[in-house]
Amino acid sequence: MPGLLVLLGILIFPIIFTVRLSFSGWDSFNPGLDFIGMENYIRLFTDDKRFWESFLRLGFLSITTVFLQYIIGFGLALLVWKEIKFKRFFRVLFLIPMMTTPVIMTVIWRTFFHESLGPVNDFFSLFGMAPPWLSHEVLALVTVMIVEVWQWTPFMFLLMLAGLLSLPKEPFLAAAIDGASSIRKFIYVTFPLMAPISIGAIIIRLIEASKIMDTIFVLTSGGPGTSTETASFYIFIKGLREFQIGYSATLSFTYLIIMIISLTFIAKFLTKIFMKGDAE
Amino acid sequence: MKTLYTTLKYSAVTLWSMFVIAPFLWAISTSFKDFNSVTSGVSYIPWLQFEPSFEGWKVLIKPASEGGINIVEPYFNSIFVTLTSSLISIILGTLAAYALSRFTFKAGFVKNSDITFFFISQRIMPPIVLSIPFFLMLGYLSLLDTLMGLVMVYIVLLMPIAVWIMVDFFNKVPREIDETALIDGCNPYQAFYKVVLPNSIPGLIVAGMFCIIFGWIDFFFAFILTFTEVQLLPVAIVALNSSITPWWSLSAAALVSVAPLIVVAFIVERYLSKGNLSGAIK
Repeated sequence: MPGLLVLLGILIFPIIFTVRLSFSGWDSFNPGLDFIGMENYIRLFTDDKRFWESFLRLGFLSITTVFLQYIIGFGLALLVWKEIKFKRFFRVLFLIPMMTTPVIMTVIWRTFFHESLGPVNDFFSLFGMAPPWLSHEVLALVTVMIVEVWQWTPFMFLLMLAGLLSLPKEPFLAAAIDGASSIRKFIYVTFPLMAPISIGAIIIRLIEASKIMDTIFVLTSGGPGTSTETASFYIFIKGLREFQIGYSATLSFTYLIIMIISLTFIAKFLTKIFMKGDAE
Repeated sequence: MKTLYTTLKYSAVTLWSMFVIAPFLWAISTSFKDFNSVTSGVSYIPWLQFEPSFEGWKVLIKPASEGGINIVEPYFNSIFVTLTSSLISIILGTLAAYALSRFTFKAGFVKNSDITFFFISQRIMPPIVLSIPFFLMLGYLSLLDTLMGLVMVYIVLLMPIAVWIMVDFFNKVPREIDETALIDGCNPYQAFYKVVLPNSIPGLIVAGMFCIIFGWIDFFFAFILTFTEVQLLPVAIVALNSSITPWWSLSAAALVSVAPLIVVAFIVERYLSKGNLSGAIK
């Protein structure tokens, strides 16, 4: 099919272009595709602590939020899987945050966490506290995590619930005949059966979480200082704020390579954990 | 034991529901405030704690010349861009997915599964990596700040989703169906749109839904690739955020823009309960 080839062309072009750009010194003083060799890469590996810090922060942020999302999402899916009153109401409600535009909700969250006029601190003021949610280094990170968990747990919930609903009935019948308690049923039947779906869901969410950028842009703009800056936000600043396009292409390409390698490792690691539970 | 479990179950569900609802309630309450009720301290309930005002809602439909926020135009822009690009990426994505699922491609060591993976790997790429080539590319085609340019970019973003869901779906439609159609004298194209396609409607709906969600909620590309001529909804609302922050109209605008996709949540739930979705998402 020729259509397929055209599509491949459209999709592969940006990568090749990025690689080419990463060897050029394109910035606002000197626009154009010249060739400066490895200069950008040398700068990245010797003289850019901020990038690596933002990368570590991104790793921390995405792994913790995805872990929380998995636990909460799986838990909620289990809760509304079987008989519960208002089942459909809860299911719809739990899906809603995923359908809302992250930036727009983040604008609302910003007012929600406002230090003197927001309801969160209204609550905390009952205990005589006023945590500076958005202007304290650690708390700002916590706020970003809360917003992320709110926004994307529904995605995990959806995948896990769809998985639970498609499970075969026989193993559960067998377990019921053996008189297994519900906790044992979960450990020996539900969880192993859900393992492949869990791995898939976690990987998808890690991919999406690593791209986190607009939430941070609106909520904290990477601040205070650089305390909530993630890798993609840093690339954004370098590329489209300071117009060091060549250098930011270098960052992007390095970022892409690291992401692919680390995701492969994480996938292997997850398979090991989940499948080990299967063998026992 | 049983009652304890039930109590725990319901309290967990209720607790999470409250967390989900909280920002919406806050936004609804804020949207009826005016300057005084926002700045005079935290309040929640209209009439009791503050005098409701409809300024936040009125300002949305006023033209900019009368001090309003023009949200109607970005709204239609957003709808147009989302629907057009979803439609095109579903069509292209479905065709590509069908090809990947039914025919064998070989180019050296590259096989079908590699091509499929290549499509999915597009989602791994952070938007920022794509944004710079896109920015320069659209600039070169003088499509920056136009609806056309945005539609093009969104097709590239959404098509992997469509391909990914549809490949999975076509793989589940038994091959015998096509073969029977071919024996009955259909050519491959007829076999596709008369026989295979009608069998994949649930997959198409799921893929369409995901395309619409991810198209509608994108902010980053709209933010980078447009300036003044064309504005999409998320960009328009975030722009409000940077000014002196009229919280009331901000909340009203946010609610209006979030509303249409909540309908999608109902559709997803219906498919979920019928069990059609489970096959499509893996």
